[in-house]
Amino acid sequence: MVKQKKSPGEHCFDIINILIMIGIAVITIYPIYYVAVCSISDGNQLIGARGLILRPLGLDWSAYKAVFSNPNIFSGYRITLTVVVIGTTLSVLTTAIGAFLITRKDFAAKRVLSYMMVFTMYFTGGMIPTYLVVNNFLHLGDKLAALILPTMISVYNLIIMKANFESIPDSIEEAAKIDGANDIVILFRIILPLSLSVIAVMVLFYGVSYWNSWFQAMMYMHDRSEYPLQLILREILISNDTSSMGTTSSAAGDQYMIGESIKYATIMVATLPILCLYPFIQKYFVKGVMVGAVKG
Amino acid sequence: MNRVIEQKVKKEKRLSERILIEFKKNKYLYMLSIPIFLYFILFKYLPMFGLTLAFKDYNIMRGVAGSEWVGLKYFKEFFSSVYFGRTLLNTLIISIMDIAVGFPMPIIFALLLNELRGKYFKKFVQTASYLPHFISMVVICGMITDFFSTDGLISTLISKVGGENMNYVGDPAYFRQIFVGTNAWQQLGWNSIIYIAALAGVDRELYEAATVDGAGRWRQLIHVTLPGISGTIIIMLIMRLGQVLSVGYEKIILLYTPQTYDVADVISSYTYRAGIINNRYSYSISVGMFQSVINVIILLTANTISKKVTETSLF
Repeated sequence: MVKQKKSPGEHCFDIINILIMIGIAVITIYPIYYVAVCSISDGNQLIGARGLILRPLGLDWSAYKAVFSNPNIFSGYRITLTVVVIGTTLSVLTTAIGAFLITRKDFAAKRVLSYMMVFTMYFTGGMIPTYLVVNNFLHLGDKLAALILPTMISVYNLIIMKANFESIPDSIEEAAKIDGANDIVILFRIILPLSLSVIAVMVLFYGVSYWNSWFQAMMYMHDRSEYPLQLILREILISNDTSSMGTTSSAAGDQYMIGESIKYATIMVATLPILCLYPFIQKYFVKGVMVGAVKG
Repeated sequence: MNRVIEQKVKKEKRLSERILIEFKKNKYLYMLSIPIFLYFILFKYLPMFGLTLAFKDYNIMRGVAGSEWVGLKYFKEFFSSVYFGRTLLNTLIISIMDIAVGFPMPIIFALLLNELRGKYFKKFVQTASYLPHFISMVVICGMITDFFSTDGLISTLISKVGGENMNYVGDPAYFRQIFVGTNAWQQLGWNSIIYIAALAGVDRELYEAATVDGAGRWRQLIHVTLPGISGTIIIMLIMRLGQVLSVGYEKIILLYTPQTYDVADVISSYTYRAGIINNRYSYSISVGMFQSVINVIILLTANTISKKVTETSLF
């Protein structure tokens, strides 16, 4: 391509464009940065310096101490980790099985199964009927299963996995079949080992969604000791309830400011795992959306 | 006559034999499909069957099948209650604002990103823009309530440029703007991915031809880029219109307070309150059903209009 000389107007546009892009990067990153900086700042200095803060004001870890001395945070973490580990395992396994089934060539139930799945992408029973099935019919209320089973398979993820399975050459399977491998052996010994990258993507997709989910728990869990982390967070951040935190300071103003830093510290404690994983996972998410877009 | 019957018997035998052979041949596949069928039947199809409760008086003791039919009683109750007008209006206003702001922004962002020259800078901006999508809704809403409250980050900034330092999220005059604005912020990068993919698919040769013809970047944008991604834009718009009555209830439920119910309560948050909090199952199911029926109607209408006018359609 012949390189064209830029006109002054184009130069001007390029500069404005770069400025807009920097602006977008700043407004997406700064809020989290602000929270991080405030969470380790000294509460007394914070009270006088509202507005834009660019670096930590003093260094004070007491908010984190308060967060970690809160028993609810610990039980929330425990429940969330359990749900993430068990849920992700089950989800990835069943999604893989589902995708495997609808890619089998001479399997009579293949069409029924795939129509049955895709239909649920466009039409669902909705919030209340699902609640009634889970709570009143299956009696899963107050059980961890209620946080996992109702959202176990995402058809969207299943389609991504199916696209990946389809790209595995048939000849490998056929060779295994000649050697006497049955379908279960083919799935676990051939298809899955050849799909490690898409399995990694699925682990991240499901893992993040279980980590972030809170609405299920709000519907099905009634006891605070069963709340996952996000629901505990909701109490602290939105219902503004830091009273359960053991604050040791005596002055009321102090308590208010520590309350504020506790909020920020809580956000960090709950978001840090995602922030640490984020640089590694974001490209997979993008890949996933692309496949979904091409298929959809 | 006998031969016909014989043939029929033979055919049936063949069918049952075929089924048997199929089961034998694929027995492992059928074993594997049991949990999958079970999942979809229990958690997806049984709730659809539960939709019949909208026309019944659900009695926990008598079960779904045993409850009495009441016809449109609950729909009538919803239509004649004060909640109908309020939630429908709020849903429509918030949704239309959301489409007006949130729909074009990812497209513009993708186009601007496409014009960037530096590869690493482009990658950096893109990566940064997806970030809000991954942070949990609870944390996002926690940050919104904190930043927009009195002495919060944004309220303070507003007061520095001459505005008032007050609790903006709790004020009915600002709730919708904050909701829609933060939505756009959350989804800007994520929703742009599909347009970035579409832009990458536009034929390079068309740009070269345009350059040879003397078209500058602006004219290339109008005559090459936009026509190249218009199909994607229309499909996305039809899909978005099919969701007009579904305002993200998670965010509404996290952000609204009794002071802002008047402007913030939407159909889905009302469904939640009526069903889960007040245990009015049949009534809330009919409210939810009203929402999905209208959504489907709008989706089909948008699809038909688009098919006629632009020859692009979802199905």
